[in-house]
Amino acid sequence: MGGASEEEPRIGVFVCHCGINIGGIVNVPEVVEYAKTIPGVFHAEANLFTCSSDGLSKIKDAIGEYSLNRVVVASCTPRTHEPLFRATCEEAGINKYLFEMANIRDQCSWVHMHEPEKATEKAKDLVRMAVAKALLLKPQEEPEIEVEPSALIIGGGIAGMTAALSLAEQGFKVHIVEKEPEVGGMLRQLYKLFPTEMDASVILSRATDAIKSNGNIEVLTSTIVRDVKGFIGSFDVTIQKEERNTETLRVGTIIVATGAINLEPKGMYGYDEYGNVITQLRLEHLLKAGELRKMGTVVMIQCVGSREERGRTYCSRVCCSEAVKNALMIKEIHPDADVYILHRDLQTYGKEYESLEWRAREKGIKLIRYIPEKPPEVTSKQDGKLAVRVYQVLLGKETKIESDLVVLSTPLIQHEDAKRLSSILKVPLGQDGFFMEAHVKLRPVDFATDGIYVCGTAHGPKNVGESISQALGAASRAAIPMAQRRLRTAAITAEVDENKCVGCGICVELCPYNAIQKDEKGIARVTSAVCKGCGVCGASCPETAITMHNFTNEQLEAQGLAALRRAAI
Amino acid sequence: MKKGNSVLVIGGGVAGIQASLDLAERGVKVYLVEKNPSIGGRMAQLDKTFPTMDCSICILAPKMIECYRHPNIELLTYSEVEEANGSAGDFTVKVLKKPRFINKNKCTGCGTCSQKCPVKVPNEFDMGLGMRKAIYIQFAQAVPLLPTIDKDNCLYFQRGVCQICQKLCPAGAVDFDQRAEEITLNVSAIIVATGFDLFNPSIIKEFGYKKYKNVLTGLELERLVNAAGPTGGRLLRPSDSKMAHKLAFVQCVGSRSQKKARGFPYCSSACCMYATKEAVMIKEHDPESDILILYNEFRVFGKGFQDFLNRAKQDYGVKYIRGRPGEILEDPQTKDLTLTYEDTLNRKIMSSKVDLVVLCTALIPRPDNRKLAHILGVNLDEFDFFKPRDSIYAPIDTKVPGIFICGYCQGPKDIPESVAQASGAAARAAEIIASAARVEV
Repeated sequence: MGGASEEEPRIGVFVCHCGINIGGIVNVPEVVEYAKTIPGVFHAEANLFTCSSDGLSKIKDAIGEYSLNRVVVASCTPRTHEPLFRATCEEAGINKYLFEMANIRDQCSWVHMHEPEKATEKAKDLVRMAVAKALLLKPQEEPEIEVEPSALIIGGGIAGMTAALSLAEQGFKVHIVEKEPEVGGMLRQLYKLFPTEMDASVILSRATDAIKSNGNIEVLTSTIVRDVKGFIGSFDVTIQKEERNTETLRVGTIIVATGAINLEPKGMYGYDEYGNVITQLRLEHLLKAGELRKMGTVVMIQCVGSREERGRTYCSRVCCSEAVKNALMIKEIHPDADVYILHRDLQTYGKEYESLEWRAREKGIKLIRYIPEKPPEVTSKQDGKLAVRVYQVLLGKETKIESDLVVLSTPLIQHEDAKRLSSILKVPLGQDGFFMEAHVKLRPVDFATDGIYVCGTAHGPKNVGESISQALGAASRAAIPMAQRRLRTAAITAEVDENKCVGCGICVELCPYNAIQKDEKGIARVTSAVCKGCGVCGASCPETAITMHNFTNEQLEAQGLAALRRAAI
Repeated sequence: MKKGNSVLVIGGGVAGIQASLDLAERGVKVYLVEKNPSIGGRMAQLDKTFPTMDCSICILAPKMIECYRHPNIELLTYSEVEEANGSAGDFTVKVLKKPRFINKNKCTGCGTCSQKCPVKVPNEFDMGLGMRKAIYIQFAQAVPLLPTIDKDNCLYFQRGVCQICQKLCPAGAVDFDQRAEEITLNVSAIIVATGFDLFNPSIIKEFGYKKYKNVLTGLELERLVNAAGPTGGRLLRPSDSKMAHKLAFVQCVGSRSQKKARGFPYCSSACCMYATKEAVMIKEHDPESDILILYNEFRVFGKGFQDFLNRAKQDYGVKYIRGRPGEILEDPQTKDLTLTYEDTLNRKIMSSKVDLVVLCTALIPRPDNRKLAHILGVNLDEFDFFKPRDSIYAPIDTKVPGIFICGYCQGPKDIPESVAQASGAAARAAEIIASAARVEV
């Protein structure tokens, strides 16, 4: 397959109308006719949707009919469609790296929608550039790697335990690393869970019993991850229990389930000054311990440190339902208590929380809307009670509530330690501080780095049920390579010419994936299974000792020259 | 494929697709049953997705094609589950494959049949805003790319005349004698991912849906702004095909309703953000447009939602007012619409005249959930969503071991949650297969 490098290049160009997304602006037939005139192009055609099963069969048919050995598709972005077209080439017997894409949708019809002629000219330029590069493409072989059928789960909260159990039930060995002396995470601090009012301890003990009795699961408490080397299939994880010696585990996949913590509302609403201003989590503890003394009035304030203008702009998702649930519990214990919830928009989403909200209204819990421009104020009175002033926006007036207890609903935030973990694993954190998945929509539990997955509140605020759903999702994703046992990794990687490398180490420092190390001779070495082909090393090497496969200097130069119409075409 | 290593997935939307791909990738045989002619589900109808503004079909189509090509996935489109028996690890399922009246081995997907067919009917995929033929391909990226004859509207089936498609098909693929086929499958586990339906807002008389041409639903607007939609992506209002510049969105139509006759009490969870997304899409095309979103409580609980809302307000100038119109009135001459509402945060009665009103209607359980639940022996909740064994600790399980639920059919959620949960259902199904294998050993 794919011995095309020695043959005369025979390129097929497929120009996509993308319905009217491209075809409504760019003159596609004109681009096709132009493509036919480019030396090296032996076939060019237009497709309504090149990515449809019909379009793909046309590529395959043309490869056979015109003995094509390279393919150029002028359509949308390689981000979404390159794998599909590469796979099509492979099915037709062409090495999948003998494929090039020109993005004439994003870069022509979308950005130049008011200038169709110029968009068409630019589409021709992009096609000419893609062909220039395609002429120089070389077939690449993808390295095959073995996958160790075991997983590391970082964090022993409900998400980590759920993922561990599922993987163990699927037959894989699992190591759970928990930095606390006990597993359980946030669940250990919670009392009753909304919406069913099930005791958190029931779920907790069920999960802990199950993981402890499962022969496939090893639980390592008071242990942290010190270092991670390697790549999907064989990660070498250095762990350390308390201050003792480090130990190394070999695992095939890693799931990050480190959870989140509650923001301590320092400097907000008198939290540091008055003993009767507490957090929702502290209230949860008082309810659980049966220590909530009888009181006349309780005021809860929502969005304390979340949905801010700057900084923590995000909504913490669970606080509104938690507040409503706790308000109901207070009413249950002390039916005469007046309970107020001061909120900005009550986030009682989904099919169950809305009824929780209505139950609260029926029980006489007062839901008062405030606006961030005029937030509530909490002051202490001489008798030890608290005075809460709130501008009731719906009434247009300020109300003063005399309160025995003020409960602040603070958001879930990322652990301090997450930054360290993010740099060890080379996986990113988002602006909100939570771990950032590979694609918000379609890869919600994968990281961009292969073999590492995320679930639970480490990924963003969510309730227990949502964390469990997502943990099972992560278990499925991690199980795929482990069930396959062998897999191929991408061939677009960097290679160091050892005769040119001077061992300066710039590439080692810059590589965002930890894919480059110096060998015993001081020469940079790329671990191709880890390399993502981002090109940072190649661009920064002062000796031009690094070749990016599929993006060689020669290929990029040809492409650049074609753009300037200086090439021989 | 060894016995006891297969799973049935019911529903070919993004959740069903994800569950199928996860299982197929790990070597499990998957039967993916979809009742429509093509997989893709609701996500295929969307123009863009929030909060990233990815083109919806562009990110979905590669996954649809992957299902089509995957050697471990057998697509059973235009098919429905009729019967299911057995227990975890060993279910026997009967699937009825409805006739498309097309020989799939002969059809090349050239589209001549649809072009020549003389019968035009409202296109369901475009929410009835455009027309399709009686022989039609559901949408351009349909998988599989096969036409289907809609028997109820075909002249041959109804009156015994025409047969133009058969005469003109260059491949001789039209087969009027094709019969329904019953297929029996043996599977270890079943995943239900049948998604949602849309609330019909004509029940709420004062909003004038179907009475006033320029009152649309969110999904109808989605088709109007889609380049492959009936207007080629131009926001032309139905009454006079003029560009709409002034729009109002009304939230919670049929959701969060305490009156049973007027909708469902729960929050659909996606509407605040899809309205914001649609507003941003319109603003991107037409920065001069004037867009008002009338909401009750703005729900921004998902990852990146608040930032997206802030961008819509600050960068795009979308206006948000907390209020709900009492009534929508149409000017009989111009067909412009007037909404009167109270801006409850400023306590003012306001009135806005707009070109187009978009009702953000509730996403609701499918009416056929009852039939399917009965066939599978699983429970529905009080709204007719599929009921999890426990909404906290067993959200994907049903009361029947080996039958799992994911996506919107389990309850309101957005695309990422559906995708993550679908993977979760795949994991639970894989556990059943592994445990059955252990018993055999």
